[in-house]
Amino acid sequence: MARDTLGATVSLAGQTVDWLLDGDHWSGSEGVPHRLLVHLGISAAAVGLAALVALPPALLLGHARSRWGGVLVSVGNATRALPVLGVLIILASTSLGISTRSTVLALTLFAIPPLLSNAFLGVRDVDADVVEAASGNGMSGMQVLRSVELPLALPLIAAGVRTSAVQVVATATLAAYVGGGGLGQFINEGFARGDEPETVAGGLLVAVLALLVEVSLGLLQHRLEPAVETRL
Amino acid sequence: MQVLSTVMAHLDAPNPWISVDYIRENADALRAATKEHVELVLLSVGFGLLLSIPLAVMVRGHRRLSTLLLGVTGVIYTIPSLALFALLAPITGLTLTTAVIALTAYTLLILVRNVLAGLAGVSEEVRESARGMGLSRTGMLLRVELPLAVPAILAGVRVATVSTVALATVGVTVAHGGLGRIIFLGFRANLYHAEILTGTALCVLLAAVAEALFLGIEWLATPWARR
Repeated sequence: MARDTLGATVSLAGQTVDWLLDGDHWSGSEGVPHRLLVHLGISAAAVGLAALVALPPALLLGHARSRWGGVLVSVGNATRALPVLGVLIILASTSLGISTRSTVLALTLFAIPPLLSNAFLGVRDVDADVVEAASGNGMSGMQVLRSVELPLALPLIAAGVRTSAVQVVATATLAAYVGGGGLGQFINEGFARGDEPETVAGGLLVAVLALLVEVSLGLLQHRLEPAVETRL
Repeated sequence: MQVLSTVMAHLDAPNPWISVDYIRENADALRAATKEHVELVLLSVGFGLLLSIPLAVMVRGHRRLSTLLLGVTGVIYTIPSLALFALLAPITGLTLTTAVIALTAYTLLILVRNVLAGLAGVSEEVRESARGMGLSRTGMLLRVELPLAVPAILAGVRVATVSTVALATVGVTVAHGGLGRIIFLGFRANLYHAEILTGTALCVLLAAVAEALFLGIEWLATPWARR
């Protein structure tokens, strides 16, 4: 029994490699490159939109050291309890329908909480002495935000971007399950057709993409940290 | 034409988001799905805990090994759930086992991190006096360190449980998604709103109940934290 499973797994691994090496799977609108681009495009659009929506209020609330920011952070944390699949399907059933637009919108919703809480906490927790020194030097509130608080909060803001981007890339995969585009379509098709090599190849592609996004944004975030120290 | 008018009639049919009739007529299915959901969560968090505690105990004190364990569990955590299900399904089949393996894997990062933090939080003075009382290493671990780490471990179990409640729905891809099945059936049935929303709402309710339950347990387990 165990040997059978092992044998089957090994042969599946071989078939998956064959699938990945098959040139047909790397061309056209159903090929890996095209779906990868769609996946990245949808994800980037969602993170970009979420940043536009979340960052300005988060930075201002952080600058004002407002209590409302804390409330927003709690609300954001509570979204962890939302079943992503349910929310995706609910959005797909509204008048938006199943479209790239509704997928981007759904992903934007999931991208907002980490961006919001990191930016708010990053600005709020900037050393009060530093802020006071800057105002004492005659900087206006907006100048303090732009040239003192924002640079100091940058590593945390970047951490928020990373968390939200990784989450969005993962959620975009699920979105394919309810009709969205991207690499998740391979998994979706694989399950639907009972095509195991395609399922596994899709899973591998998505896993590698998520890890690459995590690692590359992590490196970017790392580079931002010494930059802040020299600016101090 | 006939087909078109049937479709049109269907589109015009009322499709409310909240329907008591739906809930009444499907009470058995909802109950079964909720039961499976709770099973998935209990099994996954339970196995997660059974794995995390010994793993954390083994690596603590070794900087390299701790980093390695957190790195590996972090990598697993980063893999999108649908991808992990896709990788496991061909090997372990469309079974409860597959769902539990994947969900357990996702609890590891949070649990290991919290067990490590809890153990690291035990002060040297406490360890010293435990040693003075002649406790062996195992005795100290079981009777002093782990009990003192309970609040941190519980906090981890709470976060892991709430996340797993939400994540378990994805198990529908391997035919064991608890309430995810209800949500997905609603999607398949031409977007049957009542089914979709009821499944989602029950899932959120379950997460809220779990959160409240754990906050209660934490409150009871740490009498010194309130006075």
